[in-house]
Amino acid sequence: MGAPAARFSPAGGLATAMRWLSRSRKKYGMEWWIMIAGVLVIALVVTMTVFPHLFTGYDPSDQNAGGQMKAPSADHIMGTDNLSRDVWARMVYGARTILGVAIAAALVSALVGIPLGLLSGFAGGLFDRVLSLIMDSVYSFPGLILAIAFAAMLGPGVINITLAVAVVYIPTYFRLVRGQTLSIKEEVYVEAARAIGARRGTILGRYVFPNVIATVVVVLSLNIADAILTEAALSYIGLGLPAGLPDWGMDLSMGKKFLPSGVWWMITFPGLMIMLLALGFTMLGEGLAEILNPRLLER
Amino acid sequence: MRSSEKTILEVQDLSIAYPISIGVVRAVEGVSFTLDDGEALGLVGESGCGKSTLGLSILKLQRPPGRVTGGRIMYRGTDILGMNDRGLLRMRGQKIAMIFQNPLTSLNPLFTVEKHFLETIHFHDQSMPRDKAIAAVGKMLETLGIERKLLKEYPHQLSGGMRQRIMIGLALIMNPDIIIADEPTTSLDVIVEAGFTELLLELRRVYKLSIILITHNLGLVAEIADRIAVMYAGRLMEVASTEEIFARPLHPYTQGLIACVPNIQADQKELVTMPGSPPDLVEPPPGCRFAPRCPKVMPICRQQTPPLLDHAPGHSAACWLYGERPASAGLETTAAARPTGAVGGEG
Amino acid sequence: MRHLASYVLTRFLLAIPMVFIMLTIIFVVLRIMPGDPVSAMLGDRAPLRVINEKKHTLGLDKPIAAQYVDYLGQLVRLDLGDSMIFKQKVSQPIIEKLPATIELTLFGLLASLAIGVPLGAAAARRRRSGGDFGIRLYANVVYCIPVFWLGLLFQLVFGVLLGWFPISGRTSPRLEASTFSWSGFYIVDTLKIGNLAAFGDVMWHLVLPALTLGVVLSGIFVRLTRANMLDVLKSDYILAARARGVPERRVVYNHGLRNALIPIVTMLGLQFSLLLAGAILTESTFSWPGMGRLLVERIYLRDYPVIQGVIVVYTLLVSVMSLLVDLLYAAIDPRVKY
Repeated sequence: MGAPAARFSPAGGLATAMRWLSRSRKKYGMEWWIMIAGVLVIALVVTMTVFPHLFTGYDPSDQNAGGQMKAPSADHIMGTDNLSRDVWARMVYGARTILGVAIAAALVSALVGIPLGLLSGFAGGLFDRVLSLIMDSVYSFPGLILAIAFAAMLGPGVINITLAVAVVYIPTYFRLVRGQTLSIKEEVYVEAARAIGARRGTILGRYVFPNVIATVVVVLSLNIADAILTEAALSYIGLGLPAGLPDWGMDLSMGKKFLPSGVWWMITFPGLMIMLLALGFTMLGEGLAEILNPRLLER
Repeated sequence: MRSSEKTILEVQDLSIAYPISIGVVRAVEGVSFTLDDGEALGLVGESGCGKSTLGLSILKLQRPPGRVTGGRIMYRGTDILGMNDRGLLRMRGQKIAMIFQNPLTSLNPLFTVEKHFLETIHFHDQSMPRDKAIAAVGKMLETLGIERKLLKEYPHQLSGGMRQRIMIGLALIMNPDIIIADEPTTSLDVIVEAGFTELLLELRRVYKLSIILITHNLGLVAEIADRIAVMYAGRLMEVASTEEIFARPLHPYTQGLIACVPNIQADQKELVTMPGSPPDLVEPPPGCRFAPRCPKVMPICRQQTPPLLDHAPGHSAACWLYGERPASAGLETTAAARPTGAVGGEG
Repeated sequence: MRHLASYVLTRFLLAIPMVFIMLTIIFVVLRIMPGDPVSAMLGDRAPLRVINEKKHTLGLDKPIAAQYVDYLGQLVRLDLGDSMIFKQKVSQPIIEKLPATIELTLFGLLASLAIGVPLGAAAARRRRSGGDFGIRLYANVVYCIPVFWLGLLFQLVFGVLLGWFPISGRTSPRLEASTFSWSGFYIVDTLKIGNLAAFGDVMWHLVLPALTLGVVLSGIFVRLTRANMLDVLKSDYILAARARGVPERRVVYNHGLRNALIPIVTMLGLQFSLLLAGAILTESTFSWPGMGRLLVERIYLRDYPVIQGVIVVYTLLVSVMSLLVDLLYAAIDPRVKY
């Protein structure tokens, strides 16, 4: 396939998207529905983030919501915690923190990793070799440990946590994009472009980049899922977030203390939310992967 | 084909189909032939004509989703297709054995040569003690011209010719009646192929084997086979003795095949080819499947499928050129053995 | 055997650049970061003189390049330095806690294989059926379960509600410490002195944590096994084995699975990495006295030398495991030349 058109119009883009959506529904059975399921979950959580008052009337920090550690009931569908806060409210408001950090981290990773990958793949030579070696080394680190190290050093704070999580995934994008760049570089149409004198920037921007986008979107989705789990893990072990923000990971670590007394609702719901959100992005990513390019994921 | 007392394998009106997403591929349609004791039958045709599928189905090993949709395969009077699992396991490798095209990929890379043999022996004869089994294997290797020390080697350490001999050995170790050879020399070079041919003929004599040789190599089949069945697009086009096929081919497809073989002695300026390609087996054309490519095609060819009938003693063809009048009275048989002067198959 | 030795050496030498880079990265992350550890430790109000003295003692006032050289020099001598908070060498708590982490991680790996491989093989055999779909669904969902949440759930159900398993520690408190003094690997120690009751106790405590890790990480093995099996079952040698009359079960397991497992070995290294990470969280959840908990503890206490030391040890563990996996692969696949 040749270089796609460099011009987009919003209406045209929307129409193309709608057509593509209905074509893919007929073509792919299960994968399409999985992707849609993922999208729905994500949409739900995003709505929670933007319009929390639609979901709950309680304030997550209100320590007088109604009784300490009450089991789930009609009043409090997920019960209350040890500081008498409504758990469901903390779930709703906690969505912001975790989703915000995860998405921001993924975007930062992508914004750093992708250009570096493009450059490295395109430039080649010593620069490429050295950068690849560094990236491979970082990639071999168990991700969580790297994130812990960064979070420990940077100290508490939303931005710091975002950076800590972001660092872990930079090599993922780097390797992905570099690999694609290397193979596209050899394609005939790039040679042809060079032959007619196209500048390097043009080649990168018009030929290499658009072909890489499809893969990147899939990886981004799966990346966000992973970032959600990493962020939750960091706050579970107590790294990085100020105590005021409602956060699912932190709620889990609080709930842990009361587990032996049989207080099950303080741990069940936060964990469930983390899992569902991660699942949502995973399903979106995997569904997209099957649809955009069936060869991408081995079946 | 008429079956006689010497017939050990009879395929009757066999059809095999593969359901795929866009339809059903009719890989084999209404194929019937017989194999006599001690006979070598060559099954020839171009790639994709269904001969391999047919060969595999004799052991009920056609690759899923392939399914037999009709017909019977009679081995010494029992229908293989009706056998239960135990019967099939007993038959495979012990009564009817198979050798395959690529000896490297047909051997388990993690098993030594010895292990391949011992496993086969073990599953057919639990009672044989290990030392007896090893002795039997040793003898087999000797017959095949393989050194005993190679028993401990792994497949990737051996040469192509060696591996093919091991394949033969594995097929013969339990003394079967019939060997089905599916493109046995396609992946071998010419010199190794010559050695293989010699070996096979010798083994046939010593072990009194019957052979079904599936190949697209006319030279190979000329050397080994007593009779030849020509297949095209899932159907049999012509069946006759080797001499007859080469001397007096009746079916235009057979004629074309033979003409395609370059003759090193004749003063040939150009290679002969047959124009066109095999038909789509999901929507096969009505009538004779060769009609679109046939140089002698007639209107009836595109409308009705010609039956496989005898047009000369022991020589049948499925072609409207020869009308509906078989040389001997009666239509193609599917089951009944008929005592006739013209015998259906002979060495 | 000579060939094998040189293969090992080559692989070892090849691993060095990467380990070197990783150690440098650790240094960079832990030193060139905003924030002054000494002020943090001594408090803002400490007099400047005291802070500077402390920095000097710790060697933190030298130029970065010099600090880097010191760091490398120490590592080569296998000296991880001294704790900033307690009077101990960094290596001391690490050596104490390392066996606990390794035991947990290894059993977690075993658990994930024990769950993942059979499920993957079962899925391959039942291709495109309901069972296959269910197993694949399991594999995809399972990785999204936060490992610490699963640990808590297991504790809740099997520990608190059903009371079948303990929910914290490696052993029951009533067992004598001397039982475990030999290697620190409780499994080994209890067997060595023949104390089967203690052995049982140790195993009993391992069940929930190992299962937690095992379940979450089984997904990848399910997918891998299934994919490899499907591939392998299409092979010619499978067909040839069937044609020789080998029964189906044996074909699938002895011919099929054995070949399918080989690529899985190459994944063991990556999985070990993930397991180590997951173990940190699991140790937290189950109060397991391993390096993960040590790390978290010392982060609170801002004991930077220990933090650095732990991370260095994790790095080395990963590299060693990687090397071992390569060797294992060469050993089980006769086609690999060395």
